[in-house]
Amino acid sequence: MNRVLLIKFGEIGLKGGNRRFFERVFIQRMKDALTGLPGELPWIKRTRGRFVLDLEHWPAGPVIERLGRVFGVVELAPALVVTAELGAISGAARQVLEEALAEYPAARAVRFRVASRRADKRFPVNSMELNRILGAHLLQSDRELKVDLHDPEITVEVEVREEGAYAYARTYPGPGGLPVGSSGKGILLLSGGIDSPVAGWMSLKRGLELEAVHFQSFPFTSERAQDKALDLARALAPWAGGTMRVHLAPFTAIQRSIRENCPGELGVTLMRRMMFRVAEALAGRAGAGALVTGENLGQVASQTLESLAVIAEASDLLVLRPLVGMDKTEIIDLARRIGTFDISARPYEDCCSLFVPRHPATRPRREAVARAEARLALPALLEQALAGVKTVDAAPR
Amino acid sequence: MPADRRLERYLDHAATSPPRPEVTAAVREAMEVTFGNPSSLHRKGLEAERALTRAREEVAGAVGAGPGEIVFTSGGTESNNLAIRGALRGLDRRGRHLITTAVEHPAVLSVARDLEQDGYRLTVLAPDARGVISVDDLGRALAPDTVLVSIMAVNNEVGSIQPIAEAARLLGEERTKGPRPVLHVDAAQALGRIPLNVGELGADLVSFSAHKLGGPKGVGALYVKRGTPLRPLLAGGGQEGGLRSGTENVPAIAGFGVAAHLAAEELPAVMAELAGLRHRLTQAVREQIPGSRLNGPPGGEPAAGLARPGTAAPHIVNFSFPGAPGEVLLHYLEEEGIYVSTGAACSSRKRGRSHVLEAMGLAPEEIDGAIRVSLGPRTTAADVDALVEALARALADIRRFTRR
Ligand SMILES: Cc1ncc(COP(=O)(O)O)c(C=O)c1O
Repeated sequence: MNRVLLIKFGEIGLKGGNRRFFERVFIQRMKDALTGLPGELPWIKRTRGRFVLDLEHWPAGPVIERLGRVFGVVELAPALVVTAELGAISGAARQVLEEALAEYPAARAVRFRVASRRADKRFPVNSMELNRILGAHLLQSDRELKVDLHDPEITVEVEVREEGAYAYARTYPGPGGLPVGSSGKGILLLSGGIDSPVAGWMSLKRGLELEAVHFQSFPFTSERAQDKALDLARALAPWAGGTMRVHLAPFTAIQRSIRENCPGELGVTLMRRMMFRVAEALAGRAGAGALVTGENLGQVASQTLESLAVIAEASDLLVLRPLVGMDKTEIIDLARRIGTFDISARPYEDCCSLFVPRHPATRPRREAVARAEARLALPALLEQALAGVKTVDAAPR
Repeated sequence: MPADRRLERYLDHAATSPPRPEVTAAVREAMEVTFGNPSSLHRKGLEAERALTRAREEVAGAVGAGPGEIVFTSGGTESNNLAIRGALRGLDRRGRHLITTAVEHPAVLSVARDLEQDGYRLTVLAPDARGVISVDDLGRALAPDTVLVSIMAVNNEVGSIQPIAEAARLLGEERTKGPRPVLHVDAAQALGRIPLNVGELGADLVSFSAHKLGGPKGVGALYVKRGTPLRPLLAGGGQEGGLRSGTENVPAIAGFGVAAHLAAEELPAVMAELAGLRHRLTQAVREQIPGSRLNGPPGGEPAAGLARPGTAAPHIVNFSFPGAPGEVLLHYLEEEGIYVSTGAACSSRKRGRSHVLEAMGLAPEEIDGAIRVSLGPRTTAADVDALVEALARALADIRRFTRR
């Protein structure tokens, strides 16, 4: 009898010709997630429709916790694997049931059922028959049990395959999605707010590898704003493959120049266009093919369709806005679930709130923007900002 | 930012005042040498107990109390909690009415609000436009079932000195209206900055915090006048006369003792020096920075006696510069190695406006544009001059760049 972890994945299986590539990335992400645990990396095997990880020498808890944050994982099931033979299967089924029962009070009857699958048709007993035999066997227990096919509290799953039979009774959901790195790379514009980390998480979920850029405007903001952005990156890191690279870009000189030379109502538009330009340059260095932002439609004046369009035109890169389609309350719920909300809620001013004019242009006109930018020393400002970039690899503490 | 710390100008002593070398030496010695548990019967215990006794005498001496009237705590916050909650426990529900002021530190105000939730009636006295409480208002607020009055000695945001002795006299006179209410005074910002004698104050309970006068953080004391009904909040081994159980924090207490001793010894000189610097600062800001506003009372005049109630303590100054958010101003000054505050250190991190300035009736823009400058024993005229110059520069710049 061996302990293993069954790792079920979702969409990777569907990816036809690219399957090998996806699987390689997926295995790598799982290994990344497990590095740092004591001991040698366990083996991970691909079998039909799933991966199997050796749990014989590994603590199940931390492994499940870490793999539970690897995109691509749909479900994790710690299982026993035995030779495909009725006696051994009964023993394994009993053991996984007993372990699952530990979570229920002994004082009352627990409802259970057996669900078996026979993938190896050479096995002499069909699945209906196997359910019946195992159910009858399991009922002979010290604990009070009741078979309930419709509303069981515990389902003992048995799978008979060529390489052996698996039994498990507890499963843990994974985050779904695609393994990070299987969809290319992007640059996340990471402010200290609630939205941008959630946007980052959503693009990670669809397989994007991420680096982040955070704009600093000391003394208009606190040094604590930078710590906040780094803490957000640390919170995202476990989802991103262990670390998250953050580029800290100085932005004060750009803000000053915009302030001094351009009309106030275009301030936000011009500032964001500069951010996109800096991010695009960093994307070039990092080999990234997209920018990811926490922009949404209609939340604030700068997020009208016209505004978003004029801002995005500052760069040639594809811009992903994963939050379009979500309400603020949904974004907040997700931020709480992924652990970024409490960090975002810290009160330090973020980069541009001081510069938001009382009446920002909700429909900035291209010609007006072009005229305003003609008054800025764009290449020099950009070069100066890029020269001052500091890069940090943020990892959970 | 100057990499060389000697070029830094620390003007945030009301948040915390840097420990002096004599204090760190005392802490170190108590950690390395007199490390025993004062309750132990052997010699190591005795040595620690002696260090504790000495510190108790030093603190008691600095405030004019008897050593038996000093209870060491974990700081101003705990002292305030112990004073207010402990006195109410001691009074055993003799009455249901409390009085405090709108300018108290949260360590008093939120305790009072909690008690209000628990069923006490609470009167919160409003200050005048300079942050000073009126004794007449207190007289009007007193009721037959008033059991406790809590008023701070020196406000931590604007420096206003409250008329404590006068309030104590009033409470004594009003005795006919029922039992005399217990008077608690939060003197965290007063010790070492203005003359302070618990007998002259006439208070029953007085809170102190060591780190405001160059002692360690996480240690403070409560003066408990003999005979004051007080019951402990922490049950345990019965240390500190049963009022504050837990093995004493001997190193921090030893440091506190030294800080209190030095502060008392140097007070006359320090106070005169600080008052002079404060005057220099308010004068320069008034003359050189148009549109500025002094929040809180003016400083005392040496001729009339410094540190009189209704004037400002010599170490705290609060200004508003409308149009320049205090936080931005703070970071500008920080870039030049000058450290100030936007209000109370512990409240300035929360979004939300200063409750003190609000109670004084300042307009929202004046509150957002407020900074607190607080001086300490090592502040120099050069520090003050550098601050004024940096302020003028920063304001000129900020007003060009913020919201239009
Ligand atoms: C007036 C006043 N009371 C109480 C406190 C709290 O003291 P501590 O920081 O020692 O808890 C402070 C300082 O923060 C204060 O200024």
